[in-house]
Amino acid sequence: MTDTLLSVSNLRVSFPTRSGVFEAVRGVSFDLGRERLGVVGESGSGKSMTGRAILGLVRPPGKVTAGRLELNGQSILNLPEKQMRAIRGSRISMVMQDPKFSLNPVMTVGQQIMESYRLHSGQSGRAAREKALGMLHAVQIRDPERVFDAYPHEVSGGMGQRIMIAMMLAPDPQILIADEPTSALDVSVRNEVLRIMDKLVSDRGMGLIFISHDLNLVAQFCDRVLIMYAGRVVEELAAKDLHNARHPYTRGLLESLPRLDHAVERLSVLERQDGWRDEIRPNGA
Amino acid sequence: MLKVEDLNVWFGDHHERVHAVRSASFTVGTGESFGLVGESGSGKSTILRAITGLFGSWSGLVEVAGQRVSGRHRSRAFHKAVQMVFQDPYASLHPRHSVDRVLSETLHLQGMDQIDARITRLLDSVGLGRGFRFRYPHQLSGGQRQRVAIARALAAEPRLLLLDEPTSALDVSVQAEILNLLSDLRKERGLTFVMVSHDLSVVAHMCDRLAVMRGGEVVEQMQAATLRSGDAQTGYARDLLAASSSYRRETTPDPAA
Repeated sequence: MTDTLLSVSNLRVSFPTRSGVFEAVRGVSFDLGRERLGVVGESGSGKSMTGRAILGLVRPPGKVTAGRLELNGQSILNLPEKQMRAIRGSRISMVMQDPKFSLNPVMTVGQQIMESYRLHSGQSGRAAREKALGMLHAVQIRDPERVFDAYPHEVSGGMGQRIMIAMMLAPDPQILIADEPTSALDVSVRNEVLRIMDKLVSDRGMGLIFISHDLNLVAQFCDRVLIMYAGRVVEELAAKDLHNARHPYTRGLLESLPRLDHAVERLSVLERQDGWRDEIRPNGA
Repeated sequence: MLKVEDLNVWFGDHHERVHAVRSASFTVGTGESFGLVGESGSGKSTILRAITGLFGSWSGLVEVAGQRVSGRHRSRAFHKAVQMVFQDPYASLHPRHSVDRVLSETLHLQGMDQIDARITRLLDSVGLGRGFRFRYPHQLSGGQRQRVAIARALAAEPRLLLLDEPTSALDVSVQAEILNLLSDLRKERGLTFVMVSHDLSVVAHMCDRLAVMRGGEVVEQMQAATLRSGDAQTGYARDLLAASSSYRRETTPDPAA
């Protein structure tokens, strides 16, 4: 990793509840360069909340604290909303899991992409239209002109997700946080969407945080993987070494997957240990 | 146990008609576990819904245990023999009905006696303790809810279970528990399964045979062993297998990264 785009240390997200303070993220630290960083874990492990905290999307009464949260050396921790808005979208963007809930149902696809682009670039409507069509083309939508004038309900899930990616990438962000971007998609479309993001990392030097529950996919797609459990990173390794993971939690997750290549009589079930919540990571950080 | 012949399902009328399933045929033997795989929109879930009578607009032959069914109407005997488990346990349980109410209502509708004892037995058989009986869905995890949905399906003591993506909303560790539970139940009760899934490794694990669907048609039927070895006959099935098993980078990563 040559340069660090984003540096996070001791990130914590907590929510007050009736039964005390609930900590969703408990001291996450990592640096992101121009790479594909996978964040895996089960639901409730805090992986999505980590992404949201970086973007300042944790709503009160949720509280975000960190030792450091820096974008290119500049602190973006708890910035005022106005300043955050200038960063969000143009320098860091996020693609959510389900395009159905993240696209505006009463605006055409083209208008939405243009809006996000114009907001961040200040370009004219005409330039924005060209950019929007270009982005739709870049995410391999075959008939950009038609899709430009379509409403979100008129496009398929896979297309919706590609539209989201087009919209998020129009302002040329340095970092893309993709929260389960492909889990609502079919395999063929999934691979297409991955390829688009892959190209952006290698061609434009974007940093990608890829949040997923799919260990096999992350092992194949990412460069580096953080495994989260109960709000903490329990293991960090190179994606290609994921199948040699040492932490019993990572091993347990891997072993609970049914395998295509060989049959097993019964799937092994993860035995959770209380110690995982608070143990010190053996490999530093 | 189940025979489907030349099944067509459509939605809408005239020029808006969408053909969701086109002359699909397959049979599932008693005690067998049969998988339906394919991408979204390939019609795999629609087949299950047509069998259970959730759609009226279909043609063809559907026979369950030798009894032919037609239209949307299903007899009491049918609902006793056939039950379905849906994908999303968050959506398929009534948020304001306790587990007890979900199960007792189902048992009552099925005309069962000794409802109280049966609820206890059902909860035991899906690995939920009695402590769960008076909980509401929001007090349960996703896996526990899916167990309740399975218990509800078992309440009728069916012989055929239609499983529509039963674990795709769950974490992998929970998925393993639910799949193990389903395998155990099949063995104990001699159930027949028809399972829809987009996850080929889940189907390979759970099913003896499967059909690959595309655009409403059954493209190919194969043994689970064929799925594992990747020796599909048709090009589409081979492509689907390849796409599911891996993502390959087209560009080599920047060495500076």
